[in-house]
Amino acid sequence: MIHSLFLINSAGDIFLEKHWKSVVSRSVCDYFFEAQEKAVDVENVPPVIPTPHHYLISIYQDKVFFVAVIQTEVPPLFVIEFLHRVVAMFRDYFGECSEAAIKENVVTVYELLEEMLDNGFPLATESNILKELIRPPTILRSVVNSITGSSNVGETLPTGQLSIVPWRRAEVKYTNNEAYFDVVEEIDAILDKSGSTVFAEIQGVIDASIKLSGMPDLTLSFMNPRLLDDVSFHPCVRFKRWESERVLSFIPPDGNFRLMDYHVGSQNLVAIPVYVNHNINFKESGSSGRFDVTVGLKQTMGKSVEGVIMTVHMPKVVLNMNLTPTQGTYTYDPVTKILTWDIGKINPQKIPNLKGVICLQSGAPKPEENPNLNIQFRIQQLAISGIKVNRLDMFGEKYKPFKGVKYVTKAGKFQVRT
Amino acid sequence: MKPMQRLFQLPVTAVNLVKNAQTPEEAKSPVLSPDGGQQTWYNALQSDELRLLRTPDQETPLDETAASSGQTQPLRHDDLKEMLDSNKDSLKLEAMKRIVAMIARGKNASDLFPAVVKNVACKNIEVKKLVYVYLVRYAEEQQDLALLSISTFQRGLKDPNQLIRASALRVLSSIRVTIIVPIMMLAIKEAASDMSPYVRKTAAHAIPKLYSLDPDQKDQLIEVIEKLLADKTTLVAGSVVMAFEEVCPERIDLIHKNYRKLCNLLIDVEEWGQVVIINMLTRYARTQFLNPNHNESLLEESAEKAFYGSDEEETEEKDEKEEVAALAKRKPYVMDPDHRLLLRNTKPLLQSRNAAVVMAVAQLYFHLAPKAEVGVIAKAQVRLMRSHSEVQYVVLQNVATMSIKRRGMFEPYLKSFYIRSTDPTLIKVLKLEVLTNLANETNISTILREFQTYIKSMDKDFVAASIQAIGCCATNIGEVRDTCLNGLVQLLSNRDELVVAESVVVIKKLLQMQPAQHSDIIKHMAKLTDNIQVPMARASILWLIGEYCEHVPKIAPDVLRKMAKSFTNEEDIVKLQIINLAAKLYLTNSKQTKLLTQYVLNLAKYDQNYDIRDRARFIRQLIVPTEKSGVLSKYAKKLFLALKPAPVFESPFKDRDHFQLGSLSHLLNAKATGYQELPTWPDMAPDPSVRNVEVKEAVPEWTRCSSREKRKEKVEKPFYSDSEGESGPTESADSESELPSEMESGGGSGSEEGGSGSGSEESDEGSESGKEKKKKPEKIKVRKTLPESAESEQSGEEEKSARKRKERKASSESSSEEEEESSSESSSSESESEEESESEPETKKKKKISLSKPAPKQPKKEISLLDLDDFIPTPSPQVTPINNIVSNSLATDLQGLSLTDSALSPTMISPSFSSVKTYELLHRFTGEGLAVEYCFSRQPYSLDPHMVAVQIQFSNNTDTEAKSLRIQEPKLMSGMRMQEFPEIEVLAPGETVTVVMGIDFCDSTQAANFQLYTQTRKFYVSIQPPVGELMMPVFMSENEFKKEQGHLMGMNEINEKLTMGEKCQSDHAIVQRVTSAANLSRVPCGSDREYRFAAKTVASGSLVLVTVVTKEGMAAQLTVNCEKMVIGTMLVKDILQALSQ
Repeated sequence: MIHSLFLINSAGDIFLEKHWKSVVSRSVCDYFFEAQEKAVDVENVPPVIPTPHHYLISIYQDKVFFVAVIQTEVPPLFVIEFLHRVVAMFRDYFGECSEAAIKENVVTVYELLEEMLDNGFPLATESNILKELIRPPTILRSVVNSITGSSNVGETLPTGQLSIVPWRRAEVKYTNNEAYFDVVEEIDAILDKSGSTVFAEIQGVIDASIKLSGMPDLTLSFMNPRLLDDVSFHPCVRFKRWESERVLSFIPPDGNFRLMDYHVGSQNLVAIPVYVNHNINFKESGSSGRFDVTVGLKQTMGKSVEGVIMTVHMPKVVLNMNLTPTQGTYTYDPVTKILTWDIGKINPQKIPNLKGVICLQSGAPKPEENPNLNIQFRIQQLAISGIKVNRLDMFGEKYKPFKGVKYVTKAGKFQVRT
Repeated sequence: MKPMQRLFQLPVTAVNLVKNAQTPEEAKSPVLSPDGGQQTWYNALQSDELRLLRTPDQETPLDETAASSGQTQPLRHDDLKEMLDSNKDSLKLEAMKRIVAMIARGKNASDLFPAVVKNVACKNIEVKKLVYVYLVRYAEEQQDLALLSISTFQRGLKDPNQLIRASALRVLSSIRVTIIVPIMMLAIKEAASDMSPYVRKTAAHAIPKLYSLDPDQKDQLIEVIEKLLADKTTLVAGSVVMAFEEVCPERIDLIHKNYRKLCNLLIDVEEWGQVVIINMLTRYARTQFLNPNHNESLLEESAEKAFYGSDEEETEEKDEKEEVAALAKRKPYVMDPDHRLLLRNTKPLLQSRNAAVVMAVAQLYFHLAPKAEVGVIAKAQVRLMRSHSEVQYVVLQNVATMSIKRRGMFEPYLKSFYIRSTDPTLIKVLKLEVLTNLANETNISTILREFQTYIKSMDKDFVAASIQAIGCCATNIGEVRDTCLNGLVQLLSNRDELVVAESVVVIKKLLQMQPAQHSDIIKHMAKLTDNIQVPMARASILWLIGEYCEHVPKIAPDVLRKMAKSFTNEEDIVKLQIINLAAKLYLTNSKQTKLLTQYVLNLAKYDQNYDIRDRARFIRQLIVPTEKSGVLSKYAKKLFLALKPAPVFESPFKDRDHFQLGSLSHLLNAKATGYQELPTWPDMAPDPSVRNVEVKEAVPEWTRCSSREKRKEKVEKPFYSDSEGESGPTESADSESELPSEMESGGGSGSEEGGSGSGSEESDEGSESGKEKKKKPEKIKVRKTLPESAESEQSGEEEKSARKRKERKASSESSSEEEEESSSESSSSESESEEESESEPETKKKKKISLSKPAPKQPKKEISLLDLDDFIPTPSPQVTPINNIVSNSLATDLQGLSLTDSALSPTMISPSFSSVKTYELLHRFTGEGLAVEYCFSRQPYSLDPHMVAVQIQFSNNTDTEAKSLRIQEPKLMSGMRMQEFPEIEVLAPGETVTVVMGIDFCDSTQAANFQLYTQTRKFYVSIQPPVGELMMPVFMSENEFKKEQGHLMGMNEINEKLTMGEKCQSDHAIVQRVTSAANLSRVPCGSDREYRFAAKTVASGSLVLVTVVTKEGMAAQLTVNCEKMVIGTMLVKDILQALSQ
């Protein structure tokens, strides 16, 4: 399966290598560099690159390329999914997955990689098990370790691997027993020129943060489970219960995890909380253009829309922009040609507007097309699909846990064509 | 000694320090720092980073450091060696950390081998672990020294702790030293029969390691694999199948016995194992089962023949035809139950969070499922597209292939493939490909509108791809060809050259299809030669003009004139086309172009490119008549102006599905090393009995567990597998006793049992009985929700099932079983809280099953499956249809109990019973003595919850036997599906037989048309469902009802006033009439003037709510709320009629 792994930073340096079978020379990465050069943009590097003797499967996260070296047939998604799992694990351990974080924790990283794969086949990929094997670094522990010389490797043997609930750590104890659920929904939408919806759908996740002692068995039910069109679950969720009763029944892992992903059927109309009025034009002669964009509120169910940011990728010929916002701040980066307008919270009484002049490169032909507007926003305390958690019941333990549910709606890939 | 060493080292480093005064990182050398031990290893790393960052003065110092590192590095290593030799664990740890950091950066640390290997027996766990890391990395290079460590691992293999045994085996097998192959072999064999499943798992992992080290061990390893394949724990399953795939993928025979077990364990195996197992089972199924889609095509042909060879024709010819038809008919396709098992058990995994698992299931369905069922994977695939762009890339590749084969599957998700400007180009191009594949007459206009916006994109590669996509749509769909062409011609005036060039190329291809009508487009393009610089486009225009010079006789010579002028400056492909153009013009219009041609050919003669020179020489000989000119020149016109076939736009994903989807080979469209070809379906199914497993131990196990009446709450036991069979002894059962999880899950007495360490036997029992317990609370909960009103219905149902049983003359064995079942059911509903009374019949039932069935390991639903399997080894002659009916209906009954497959949100309840109306399918006269009636039994259909169960009763009124009654060639509306009943071999005269079949009407009242075949005749029949049969009752509370009704207002609500019929006065009469008109269940209601009913449509599960409010006198109001308006209106009509009569 996975033969070796190389971590490469954006400058093209291989800063970590790990081999699970015999050593593969790092010169194999030259094929990768070649492809990277050809792709120009990092995101266009093909995830699978065949070389004469190996296959390179890579992912790009936090400005780091994770390049896995494969020798024989293997489902590419298997490798990609595993690499993403590695990234998630690094994030879990070090808070981020950047080059600096990896370098700083190189020994922990190496120990993790050693445990996660055996002979190239995934061995332990559950965070709860790995944390029993290798304790995540904390500031306090590293201080203590340097004084006492103790290590960050678990002293006890990990028993989680042997359990029938391999995702849960054994003997969990908390003084405050809490279970929090975040229902986060993202609206993916494409709006056309006139503002009508070309395509819109809602993707949601339920992230859980569970700190409960012992072996709690939870049942989460919804007011309106019929809304959910397509779902995927953490392995802990009993699928049969969902099939028959539409409730989520599970023994949770300890700590933070993603309980489920869901998709709200496209047959339901998606409420679009904001509208965008835009008037962008480039003058045929002369080297200027007009830019006038207004972002307003549409269907927000009485909630306020916050954290509104608009980003526009302007055409190459745009040299600079002289704009005046009625609210928030804007920046234009003449190198990347990206205009960012940070609006913040939208006040329904005072609709934010950004207006001004576009400076074009003189002599160049006017751009063919107007740029697309990408919008981000956030609405607290609202799940736009209308999904509601009904109740959470706990079985198997005696204590009364503290329970909480939070709803957030965000813009996912929200694009306005102009 | 230590200070001495330090003294020795000091001068050398000092010298270095002086030498490269400008490289201060040397000052940080651990040797020099007074407390080297305390310094953390990453300081060293940081200095390294600094070195990289310090670019300006890097040139010279770098070289020097490189040169000096030859001297300094051994010194550093000496320091490390010293630390490794020290007694302090902290120093050792520090040294090991630094060494590992070196390895991580790819630095050579092999010279430290002796010093490191000494620490293999170190007490400190972390040091030990890091030593292992080092060993595995360098043992291959230092084989002799590595042997020093072997004894430590051998000792570890005997450790009482399973985790230590496992890790010792893991490291031992990872050391690639050929001398220890025998030791490894021995260790693996021993570990394969270890008590702990975790150690066995490690053994499975070790197998491919040993195999890659020494392939000669294959035979012995296969033995181990065979042994481990029989392992019943989920922990081992994934790893051993992986080993199987790497060592002996060709030994498919090893899978037979384990096939059913693997299918049943699958859902509990860890994600990575699932992927491997599913991929392997796909190949397995391809060798063992028949193609479910094969018969369709074959039948169509033969049926056609039979149709035309009408019955009256009593010729020999007909006999022949019948023979052919009979050949095809002899084996109507019946899916092997094992095949079905695989499909059913993998389906839930489509909901996995792991993209690789979802993809594996998707490819399994694509390669193995009957056409009608493949659709389920589309939704999951579309979901995966939300994931990381790499995942999206791979998924889209596969979707592109699938969408060619099964376009309909992805059509509903068309919009999910719309492209955003923020997508990476790779993704954009793939999405375009999919959109192109999905285009058809109905959606082409939306797709083209979408394409139009893409053309304006800033990403030029993407624009080019979009233009090609438009061309592709234009060729595939004739209706839009002209629109597309016009659109593309407009693009010719685009300012971007790339766009124009690409359009030219595409237009050229399109014009080839119908050149005559488009001479103005050609003229337009001729004008473009002045502006377009992209060689490919220029070449395309020239080719077009040359090819169709007769359509543009005036312009063509002029273009040639221009080209001749610029000939020397053109690119090679353009030059070649100029020569072609010249030749073609010369042949058609030699008067005007003779000189020009000569000129061009002369220029070409001295061109630098030999291709062009060759071409010129060749063409000159061909077209210019000389005295020596050969025979060929006579045919020159034919050669150059032959009609050329129009090009076919072919998707690069066409026919890629001969590679297993989701595989690396499929993605690359080339066979990767180690790729196992997907076998083609066999013509004849191999013997299915090879998969039968003799379960000797199983019987005592069941009796044992049923004899034990322990009351304890088992919180969790094998997940999901509450009704999913074979998982009998799961990993916990076999696992060693000291597992805390076992204790916890076992609760009270379970923990004692676990702690006692009395071996696997006892904990086995514990889990077994616990599992049983677990099912109960669940069921009780469900039953609890049943209100009083439902109880009467419950008993009604019982009555019915009892009657039906009589009807069917079921074999005594299974009917008694059924009775058992229903009695347990009723008791559970009546005495809600009393576990005892309920559990007893249940255990009794299980005992019964275990006694009566040879392979009774699966409770509930699985039984039906094995039953089917036992009774019908696919087309076996000794099967009597009666058995099938029974097992079928048994399955239905069982299913109502197990609550597994119903996809309803409010608890689904068994249908409320009302008098069953029978309909005639085939009259006695038309059927020549064979009378067929059908009724809607209102039972959930066991094999597919989306199907309506139709009970069909055959009676033979003739005095001869009717043979092989079966259904063939259903002519169904799109989306409708049908699950035929198993063939009835013989129907004796005077006999009556009842079978159950399932039809998915897709919530429409369209009739299902099909043909009923007997051995001699065929009859065209159709089943048209009344709207009331398209639903199944659901239970809900009054509040739920109100809430749901609130959701279904407006368009979804239909009100109708009515006058009640005379006989419709009592409550009972109203309820009875409504429930007989439609398969509804009563919802409790406070008001006595109001009656509420609820149901769900069978196919889509949309709610149907019915309210009847009686008013003064005979007046009443009927309200139906339903998402499906058509259903609603029809239902209103039916109920109205029922009530007003």
